Amino acid sequence: MKRRDFLKSVSGLAAGAALPAMPQVISSAYADARSETLLIVSEGGPNNLDIHGVGTNVPGYEVSWNCYDRLISHEMKVGPGGVPYYDRDKFKGELAEDMKIDDMSVTFKLRKNAKFHDGTPVTAKDVKWSLDRAVSVGGFPTFQMSAGSLTKPEQFVVIDDHTVRVDFLKKDRLTIPDLAVIVPCIVNSELVKKNASEKDPWGLEFTKQQTAGSGAYKVTKWTAGTEVIMERNEDWVCGPLPKIKRVIWRMVPQAGNRRALLERGDADISYELPNKDFQEMKANGKLNVVSLPFSNGIQYIGMNVTKPPFDNPKVRQAVAYALPYQKIMDAVMFGLANPMFGAPKDKSTEVAWPQPHKYNTDIEKAKALMVEAGLANGFETTISFDLNFAGVNEPLCVLVQESLAQIGIKTTINKVPGANWRTELNKKEMPLFTNVFSGWLDYPEYFFYWCYHGNNSVFNTMSYKSAEMDRLIDGARTAAATGDTAAYDADVKGFVDLAFTDIPRIPLYQPFVNVAMQKNISGYQYWFHRRLDYRALVKG
Amino acid sequence: MLTMIGKRLMFAIPSLIGVVIVTFLLTRALPGDPAAYFAGPAATKEAVEQIRKKLGLDRPLIEQFFRYTNDLAHGDFGNSLTTGQPVAAEIRNRLPASAELTLLGLIVSVVIAIPLGVLAATRPGSWVDHLCRVTTTAGVSLPVFFTGLVLVYIFYFRLGWSPAPLGRLDVFTSAPPTVTGFYLIDTLIARDFEAFRSALSQLILPATTLAIFSLAPIARMTRASMLAVLSSEFVRTARASGLSPATVIITYAFRNAMLPVITTLSMVFSFLLGANVLVEKVFAWPGIGSYAVEALISSDFAPVQGFVLTMAVMYVLLNLVIDILYGVIDPRVRLEG
Repeated sequence: MKRRDFLKSVSGLAAGAALPAMPQVISSAYADARSETLLIVSEGGPNNLDIHGVGTNVPGYEVSWNCYDRLISHEMKVGPGGVPYYDRDKFKGELAEDMKIDDMSVTFKLRKNAKFHDGTPVTAKDVKWSLDRAVSVGGFPTFQMSAGSLTKPEQFVVIDDHTVRVDFLKKDRLTIPDLAVIVPCIVNSELVKKNASEKDPWGLEFTKQQTAGSGAYKVTKWTAGTEVIMERNEDWVCGPLPKIKRVIWRMVPQAGNRRALLERGDADISYELPNKDFQEMKANGKLNVVSLPFSNGIQYIGMNVTKPPFDNPKVRQAVAYALPYQKIMDAVMFGLANPMFGAPKDKSTEVAWPQPHKYNTDIEKAKALMVEAGLANGFETTISFDLNFAGVNEPLCVLVQESLAQIGIKTTINKVPGANWRTELNKKEMPLFTNVFSGWLDYPEYFFYWCYHGNNSVFNTMSYKSAEMDRLIDGARTAAATGDTAAYDADVKGFVDLAFTDIPRIPLYQPFVNVAMQKNISGYQYWFHRRLDYRALVKG
Repeated sequence: MLTMIGKRLMFAIPSLIGVVIVTFLLTRALPGDPAAYFAGPAATKEAVEQIRKKLGLDRPLIEQFFRYTNDLAHGDFGNSLTTGQPVAAEIRNRLPASAELTLLGLIVSVVIAIPLGVLAATRPGSWVDHLCRVTTTAGVSLPVFFTGLVLVYIFYFRLGWSPAPLGRLDVFTSAPPTVTGFYLIDTLIARDFEAFRSALSQLILPATTLAIFSLAPIARMTRASMLAVLSSEFVRTARASGLSPATVIITYAFRNAMLPVITTLSMVFSFLLGANVLVEKVFAWPGIGSYAVEALISSDFAPVQGFVLTMAVMYVLLNLVIDILYGVIDPRVRLEG
């Protein structure tokens, strides 16, 4: 290239760059497509379309829930604020049209007209293959199945083309509910087997990229990190045909922009916004904001009970009296949570979880307890939190820091990057921290088994061990399986009381799931997994 | 010329090998355990171990490294765990998005900054000079995400002139068949003018944001280099010979002032390409910067390594192009290998 030519072309390029800005015009074809399409905007998107995959993230669960069917699902009931809420105790058939529970097994009769997205009928061998897959692939799906004592492929027996029996390993109240969670979804076995390989016998690579189910929606386009497009399955027979024809789910990382999109009426639904935004949107009334408590979920302050000074129950109680509960509710959560503190003194313990404890902010009492513990001069420690949820955790920890300083506990705040948080929890070395736990299965003994039992699971973040606690939790599990209500009630009350007197973790509040949507969107349902169910949504 | 290019590329090989080793070690040294992260919220220790085994993270570091380099040699950058896609494919898809945005931003910036710089240099101390100083100071001192948010707030939320900040295309417009990966070009090739308009209107705000930010170095550099050239003897001679001011400034002075401006441009371009993460976040732009940062946050090794490697290759190529341009602009510059 000659020097002169180059110079000429540069000036040409510069002239061409001055393109005129054109206004946005919305054509009528647009408007039609718009009325049958649901536009969802959220921060993150799926990394895998199959919940059985390695490391499938939570947005991936939403795809699985809507694109695959399970044998059974839950009925709806009226929840807080009149919002439909899944009924923990009532099941309905999804792929199964009939469920018969015997002493040590349950038998499902499949719908004869159910078909996968590619048109092959759903048969008993697909069901067995899918459940075998869930208990065999390892990782999260296998773990979730084991929570309902579903661990061996031999438990799933094909009776005939349309009948399957699930044998129980032992009596467990959680077996049936565990068949209605997201994991035991039914996969098109023939299609996936065709695309499986020696190295990948369960075809996880194939189902990662496309849905191979029989559900009400199918993924037609997925650009990771950008968008997911789902179309309605016109041949879905496991429920009434959904009203929304097309779902476009776009990832918009900036919370402020998601709010702007909602308020301008461009997006239909969004979640994962800061509490302050939800509170403001609620107040100005332009949008519908639904706020429902996490089922079986609590944000808490945990203390490592294996090391001083938190090995002393007096110190833990002092902390429990020093926390600024109401301030956290007002300034951090903007009221969008259920308080889990300050129950009246004379209130008797209920057979329920979560329920509030009786501690309240009482600095004098906290100081007295510190003196009793021999730590009148206080001590120094660190308080850790997960940066992934910094929006809530950071102001919360600052308030706790201020409050604890009043009783002589000097804290330094330790911000742990999201990727590192799980590792840190697993090490069980953080002295003081805040975290959330919430279980899909909404049973007190399930929560306590993970969070307080001496087998020391990841979620027993305090390394709390107590023979009495273990006895009560195991007792409640057995009593639930055998249907011994009296023993069950006594054990549940027992472990709740013990958790509050020993107070290794201090419940703060039950957080809310917040979803904001346009006024013309109806049919939102709350599910234990807290993601959207498109099948029930209606636009217009 | 060709031998020079060949030589330069040869010299780039050791630095690329260095980049491969350093990124591999750095990503491994990051705190955080990807196995624990990807095992999900309710994983037991055994589940974490199973995941670790599946990801091959239980092997010795040196074995992981050889496997990685072996894959690289076969053009396989590995799989991203956060998005679940092969890294090579993701970078191929996302790089054009970032490049299109950055290039357009840079062009807008050049169109404003160079005349501004030239004018400021020809009239030092005048209002143009002050305007230049104020714009550049403001542009460089406003953080990009702030400018981006303000633009979105005014032009989308308040005035409604701009389309929703939802990435490269309007939600209901489908992407053109990929030829170059640049939507502005691909839509024209496909003769899909609706999509072209959508792509262009989506680009305006983010490109402006980038342009505002990159105005400063270009305008300042143009001004400084023009001032130096304008005070040199050949310009005085040209003026004394009675050439018109336009000829003196454009033909003689500007051409000679271009070298440092080109250098600055290349630096600004490569810097913007990697660093426009915040603009990408604000405008939900599916670019390479936000991809790398998300991967970094979740300890996802493969994309980070792929990103750094791609960037290294791009820097090498860009430097080469700039060196060649020097030769084209100024015949006195002779390139040695």
